[in-house]
Amino acid sequence: MFKILNYSFFDLMRSRWSYVYFLFYLGLGFILFFLNNDITKAVITLLNIIIVLTPLIGTVFGVMYYYSSREFTELLLSQPIKRSTIFIGQYVGLSLSLALSLVLGLGIPFVLYGVFQSAAIWDFATLLLIGAYLTFIFVGLAYNIALSFNDKIKGFGFAILLWLFLAVIYDGLFLLAMVFFHDYPLDKFALSVTMFNPIDLSRILILLKLDISALLGYTGAVFQKFFGTALGSVLSLLVLTVWIIVPTYFMVLQARKKDF
Amino acid sequence: MPLVRLSQLFIYSTLIFLLFSYSDLIANTIKVCPDCGIASVRQAVAIALPGDTVLVKDATYAEHDILIDKPVTIIGENHPTIDAQGQGYIFKVYADSVTIRGLKLKNVEVSYISDFAAIYTSKVRHFIFENNILEDIFFGFLIEKSHNGILKNNIIRGNAVKEHSSGNGIHLWHSSKIQILDNRIEKMRDGIYLEFVKHSEIKGNISLNNLRYGLHFMFSNDDRYEDNIFEKNGAGVAVMFSKQIFMRHNTFRLNWGTASYGLLLKEINDANIVNNTFEQNTIGINADGSNRITYEKNTFHNNGWAVRFLGACYGNKLLQNNFLNNALDISYVGRMNGNIFDKNFWSDYTGYDLNKDNIGDVPYRPVKLFSYIVNQTPETIILLRSLFVDIINFSEKVSPIFTPDNLQDLNPAMVPIINYD
Repeated sequence: MFKILNYSFFDLMRSRWSYVYFLFYLGLGFILFFLNNDITKAVITLLNIIIVLTPLIGTVFGVMYYYSSREFTELLLSQPIKRSTIFIGQYVGLSLSLALSLVLGLGIPFVLYGVFQSAAIWDFATLLLIGAYLTFIFVGLAYNIALSFNDKIKGFGFAILLWLFLAVIYDGLFLLAMVFFHDYPLDKFALSVTMFNPIDLSRILILLKLDISALLGYTGAVFQKFFGTALGSVLSLLVLTVWIIVPTYFMVLQARKKDF
Repeated sequence: MPLVRLSQLFIYSTLIFLLFSYSDLIANTIKVCPDCGIASVRQAVAIALPGDTVLVKDATYAEHDILIDKPVTIIGENHPTIDAQGQGYIFKVYADSVTIRGLKLKNVEVSYISDFAAIYTSKVRHFIFENNILEDIFFGFLIEKSHNGILKNNIIRGNAVKEHSSGNGIHLWHSSKIQILDNRIEKMRDGIYLEFVKHSEIKGNISLNNLRYGLHFMFSNDDRYEDNIFEKNGAGVAVMFSKQIFMRHNTFRLNWGTASYGLLLKEINDANIVNNTFEQNTIGINADGSNRITYEKNTFHNNGWAVRFLGACYGNKLLQNNFLNNALDISYVGRMNGNIFDKNFWSDYTGYDLNKDNIGDVPYRPVKLFSYIVNQTPETIILLRSLFVDIINFSEKVSPIFTPDNLQDLNPAMVPIINYD
């Protein structure tokens, strides 16, 4: 497995797209600091970008990588290697290279502008950790979709739809439900609904870290009580981990049954 | 004519002579110290004649309920301590023209029935209480039905933990023409509390870490407060049921919590809020039933909500304020707008200025659809900074349906307003 992981990782590290991705984040980080020097504000701006872009790029790269490396995968399948080894190796290699681009791309400008001397270091670290998590989650989901469709266009379509659903439509439905049922106590409902969407969960984790919690009013108090404690943080990271494990499991299951 | 002048001179000199001899006869200084005959402030006040000065030497005096029923001046040297040892009041002032200066007052009784205070006045005029240090007290200054007084340079430090077992730093009731200047008040229930207080001035005070409000106004008209700092108070500053209040150059900072405001306005009419700074409060100004208020040249930055209008706020003017990096600038209830927003600077403004007159060519709509939804269903705030929310905000900005379409700043400033005053 490590050989395949290694191969995928370095294959990607050499590819143009990884550089583009890395340079994009690098440029973004520097531009943010060029426009304002405040690290805390830069973290808030980054929040929006990470929440939207990392999942999107994870999804697109995941699908793209699967379809473009199909022939190589078929070659590997003809060798006496376990199928789960091949796919997990590819998946981890891809996710790792994307996460590395993100962490290095954003990390370098922040370190140069003195994040270590700033109080925002933990917020920033959380942000990067969550960005990495989202990369792993969405590459996993994309791999699942790609494995289920032999047709490239269909696979791309569904992957983008999945991203759109989790990033936008889910929140819309969530908002509608809350407005519709606003006569009822909604805090527990809101808490559980966020758990089912990794993007929402990540957003709230960072928002609470950025101390907007007081703004959230009564609901915020419930959330703060939950996420603010060590147990809450551990639990939400656990939920994010489940969001990695479950798609990986289904990926292996699908790979095992699939007729190539 | 010379005769007249001579007689005038005579009268004047007689008057001056009488004045001096009178003060010579009356204004004695009575010294109080543990070993100089008069060992207690109570004893000194008892033997003092009107107009006398009681000079308290540096020591600790265990006394409480000291009754002051004549105009005397009590001066402490190097802040001598009067320790009530948890019993009753320290000074009860029932006479006009009393001055208390330079004392350290400690350990007033905590009660659930009586409002024990370090200095209590009732129906007096022309008092001056200055340079005192009040520690571990229930109420600090309790001023009832008194007029023309000055409270200056006092330091009040409480240790309030719960609202029901703590008192207010400076508590004024049914009083007028009081000046509260340069005091520092910490850890009380309310820093400064005013009820039925007229024509008073609150200036240069620092009120922080109080359990409830830094400053609390009730039914108090025609007052002004300037240059005060209110920081980290449980609920910020509340101004309620009052008219003609003038607020200038105050700083409201870090009133951060689920029920905290920088400034809470409840049934306030015809006030002026000018040149204040609101920084990192959950809600900068929370206005409820407040009409004809002019908000001018204030700066709101990094608040959750900058200004939140609840019901029945009409005829307000928001002119030349700075709204910088607030999560939500304005929150507004209802579809009708009777308020004027003009020439403010909004950090979220994305318009352009083609003729370079520093006024944006496109009107700015400060009420976002999301803030409207949050007003209806507070729990939806959980979706703050979600992509979906940005999308609906954008569509509402393009064609307003839910928010009042005349609620807009027609002349948004392109650069922040600088307040020189």
